[in-house]
Amino acid sequence: MLAATVRVTGDIDIAEECVQDAYARALATWSTTGIPSKPGAWLTTVAKRRAIDVARRTSTQDRTLPLLVEQVAAPEPGDLAPPDIVDDRLRLIFTCCHPAIATDAQVALTLRLLCGLTTAEVGRAFLVSEATMAARITRAKKKIATARIPYRVPPIEDLPSRIDAVLTVVHLLFSTGHTAPVGAGLIRRDLVERSLDLARILRALLPDDADVAGLLALILLTDARRATRIGDDGQLVLLADQDRSQWDRAAIGEGIPLVREALRRRQPGRFALMAAIAAVHAETPSWDATDWQEIVGLYDLLVEIWPSPVVALNRAVAVGLAEGPAAGLEALDALATEPLLATYSYLASARADFLRRLGRTREARDAYEEALLLSENAVERTFLADRLGQVER
Amino acid sequence: MAEYLILIYGDESAFENAGPEVGGQMMKEHVVFGERNAAALRGGNALQSTSTATSLRKDAAGNVSVTDGAFAETKEALGGYYLIEAADLDEALAIAKQVPAPTGGVEVRPIRVFD
Repeated sequence: MLAATVRVTGDIDIAEECVQDAYARALATWSTTGIPSKPGAWLTTVAKRRAIDVARRTSTQDRTLPLLVEQVAAPEPGDLAPPDIVDDRLRLIFTCCHPAIATDAQVALTLRLLCGLTTAEVGRAFLVSEATMAARITRAKKKIATARIPYRVPPIEDLPSRIDAVLTVVHLLFSTGHTAPVGAGLIRRDLVERSLDLARILRALLPDDADVAGLLALILLTDARRATRIGDDGQLVLLADQDRSQWDRAAIGEGIPLVREALRRRQPGRFALMAAIAAVHAETPSWDATDWQEIVGLYDLLVEIWPSPVVALNRAVAVGLAEGPAAGLEALDALATEPLLATYSYLASARADFLRRLGRTREARDAYEEALLLSENAVERTFLADRLGQVER
Repeated sequence: MAEYLILIYGDESAFENAGPEVGGQMMKEHVVFGERNAAALRGGNALQSTSTATSLRKDAAGNVSVTDGAFAETKEALGGYYLIEAADLDEALAIAKQVPAPTGGVEVRPIRVFD
């Protein structure tokens, strides 16, 4: 909805206000008229009409509609056919991921504008404070407006280089939806669905790009586990305990060939490698049969091309599973001073788990308590509290 | 349409100490650039080296002090500029990429417009 409105306004901030106005109008009118049969279409039409009003009233129209594109004369409900919405989102994501915008701001902007994450949620995805993230986003919006970054899908010749930033965003979107940092539920289905949509669109747009194939594979293979991640009681179910017969075999069947395709490049990209790790799990019949050494090997390659502390953390966990909890703990301890992980609950919970296995119960208890302090997802907290209880006995 | 300033930065000493051949080659490249982008160009100049610059600063008491040299000490010196008109940043960047800047690079800054 925002994307479609930006197409009319040419200004992201004004578009956001028009979207807010549309929601306000809906609240006011629908209580008396009832909810329309296509509420999404109603809202978008109202937002776009408001945007046109705003544009007309602004006398220096030339300045407030920099280069954008289509002057929508009179919005029709027919404007909202799925292909239009799809194209608008693509334009918005490529604009948000323009190289003239600071890299960290590209991802932040897309999450904020395309997916409606709050600034706090985006901050958490990046392990920074809300204030820092708000400043980052404001600066990026100003850059787009003042430098006149165009709102469009880049020309074919520029696409390959522009695509990596977009893939980063879509991946972060998926990760956030797959394991929501805040809130009552573990999963935010809407974000996962959007990341899958975007990944499929990118795949259609760039069928020869190995990293695009890798990302789509990664999302398919990871999301294939969705039916088994939450128990009937709403509790977290670890990979170790998931009923693999309930994994989405169709999604896995679609993902595996994509992984092969992605790995064909001489230097596999990070999404191809992450997808390969997910593929190992997808094709292994049980937790006990998992070849952890293979997974560690893939993480070794991944860490080399993508030295992120979160990747190092995941690798350390794999090391622990391949070589035993003492080795895992040692790998984790190497990350103890990593500033980006200081408020990341998974470091504490991984340590807690290894300590627990080693019988170092007091330290395990401390680590679970630390993890509880840092986690803001209710489902994860319940799991951690449960583990803490087990260790206290 | 909007205006952008393309600021050209480079290693001065390399340019100053090079022979006339290098200078001549540079000139040719700029002429070619100018011809190719004539429609977009609104101005441009090469600058004399930073050793010929004079900087003025006001001190706390409000007195102007005059010093020799560029305002900011930078590794790459400002050597020239082009003022261009372009529809959007991508167009401006496409032009900026063609500016000869062998030892440094260019900065693209939007011109501020006042009502």
